[in-house]
Amino acid sequence: MIKIENISKRFDSFELNKITLEIPEGEYVVLLGDSGSGKSVLLEIIAGLIKPDQGSIFLNDQDLTDEPIRSRPFGMVFQDLALFPHLSVYENIAYPLKTRHLSKSDISIKIRELSEKLEITHILDRYPPSLSGGERQRVALARTLAIEPACLLLDEPLASVDARIRKEIKSVLRKLHHSGQTIIHVTHDYQEAVSLASRIGILENGKLIQYGPALEVLRNPVSPFMASFTGIRNFIPVTLGKDPVDGHLKAWTEQKIPLIFQTEKDHGKGYLIIPEDAVFLSTMPVLTSAANQLKGIITDIIPAIHGLEVVVDVGFPLHALLTADSIHRLSLKQGDTVHASFKATALRFIRK
Amino acid sequence: MVFAVLGGLVLLFILAPLAGIFLKTTPVQFFETVQDTAVTGSILLTLLVSLCTTVFFAFGAIPLAYLLARRSFKGKSLVQSLIDLPIVIPHSAAGIALLGLVSRDSLLGKAASSIGIDFVGHPLGIGLAMAFVSLPFLIQSARNGFEQVPVRLEKAAMNLGASGWRTFRTISLPLGRRSIISGLVMMFSRGLSEFGAVVIIAYYPMVTPVLIWDRFNAFGLKYARPVAAVFILICLIFFVVLRVLANKTPDDQNRKHI
Repeated sequence: MIKIENISKRFDSFELNKITLEIPEGEYVVLLGDSGSGKSVLLEIIAGLIKPDQGSIFLNDQDLTDEPIRSRPFGMVFQDLALFPHLSVYENIAYPLKTRHLSKSDISIKIRELSEKLEITHILDRYPPSLSGGERQRVALARTLAIEPACLLLDEPLASVDARIRKEIKSVLRKLHHSGQTIIHVTHDYQEAVSLASRIGILENGKLIQYGPALEVLRNPVSPFMASFTGIRNFIPVTLGKDPVDGHLKAWTEQKIPLIFQTEKDHGKGYLIIPEDAVFLSTMPVLTSAANQLKGIITDIIPAIHGLEVVVDVGFPLHALLTADSIHRLSLKQGDTVHASFKATALRFIRK
Repeated sequence: MVFAVLGGLVLLFILAPLAGIFLKTTPVQFFETVQDTAVTGSILLTLLVSLCTTVFFAFGAIPLAYLLARRSFKGKSLVQSLIDLPIVIPHSAAGIALLGLVSRDSLLGKAASSIGIDFVGHPLGIGLAMAFVSLPFLIQSARNGFEQVPVRLEKAAMNLGASGWRTFRTISLPLGRRSIISGLVMMFSRGLSEFGAVVIIAYYPMVTPVLIWDRFNAFGLKYARPVAAVFILICLIFFVVLRVLANKTPDDQNRKHI
């Protein structure tokens, strides 16, 4: 178990603010955040490359906060990989083993084992500048795994490789995780988090705003920032309150537009998620079972992976996902007035 | 075109006097000079003292260059200016300053003479004078070399369990090697050619630049020229050979794989 307690670090233009998280052994933790969120700084603090202003780092209750970099059992793979250009692949992987004064034969056995695991036996005599992106990634992983780290720290490991290699490396990382390796992986890519993480932490402006099992975090985003990561477009800040006209509990947007939804909560602030594919558009008012009916003007039509995303200004920007066929049938275009409807049961409220 | 002509004129200005020396030295004069034991002894002394000085001072200069490249500390720019100082002051003045430090009346001179060492008129004194004026070349070049080594690689080495010393020895030093060797060559070459500071600390034993001056003063241009020609030739050979060796670093071997 790795415990990170109240880690803070202040720079001139940025501050990492009281980060606390626990990483049980064998977990694959992805720390997700935009550039400047502090995720790489946090990783470097864990590795010991940066000294925190305050806070502690524990591994199985052993305090590592003041431990020098080289004595920490954390192996880091840098974003630029930091392979030693003047050493061959073999010598790169042997580097940490030599610092541990292993015999030549033990080093050779260990390198064979690692290079087979990462499928790099054929490039052991080559030098890093001559390797492809994927090969370099594998060498960097092999070199770090040679120290048998209690935790593998990965800084944007898939940022600089193409789609095919990304898939390959993901598979390598998954295998490592399944073999019981504890991993902390920082990235700005939501897809990486979804496909690899067993736990996700969201960092925003130097703060850890959400941390927990991957599925829980993905299903319950607690900020518009996270919602944008998860691909949710309609993440609307609302305040719950009774409608003075009919006395029913409704969610009021910042523009004082009432939205009807199913809830047992009766007050407070939060966010309302309106799934894009649950929004219906029509050119005329229609009588449906949908409790929410809003009139607005189309401000944008954006191609999306599955169809087209229509943005309707109903007082706030409401995103609706339509097929190209539907748009063609209704002859929808920018500037048109449309009626948007969505069912009360389709909405989800997340308390702040 | 204009640039090429202007540049060509400057090159000609450097080349013409050197070519003149060789053209005006007859083969007979040249071979007589090579057989002159005073000349060969002096050249050997100059080469040896400059080499030893370079190697000895490298042990302090390279770590200093590393500190300047990696650490920021109070008074760093002052240290930087101090290192460059010998380049801008007249070398005879540097010699006078150094003499003040190592003469028999000085504290250091007294301490040294108590253990039987006298810097003045001694190869040790010549070495000090050479070092004083040539150290900036090594320090600056090595500093540039270390600055070009990505800090990330050093951090990675430490993360892999290497101590600071091991990181320096296995990562920083080999990766900065090209500039460090180039700096060593520059320091050695600058040491060979030093006259101003050396002549003040030690007229005897004569290093070759002093010998050339001595022959010129005593016998005139005709006698000084062959010594100058032989010495220039030797300096050029050393300079070229060392430069070629310096460029054969592992970096080149790596590039073969690209």
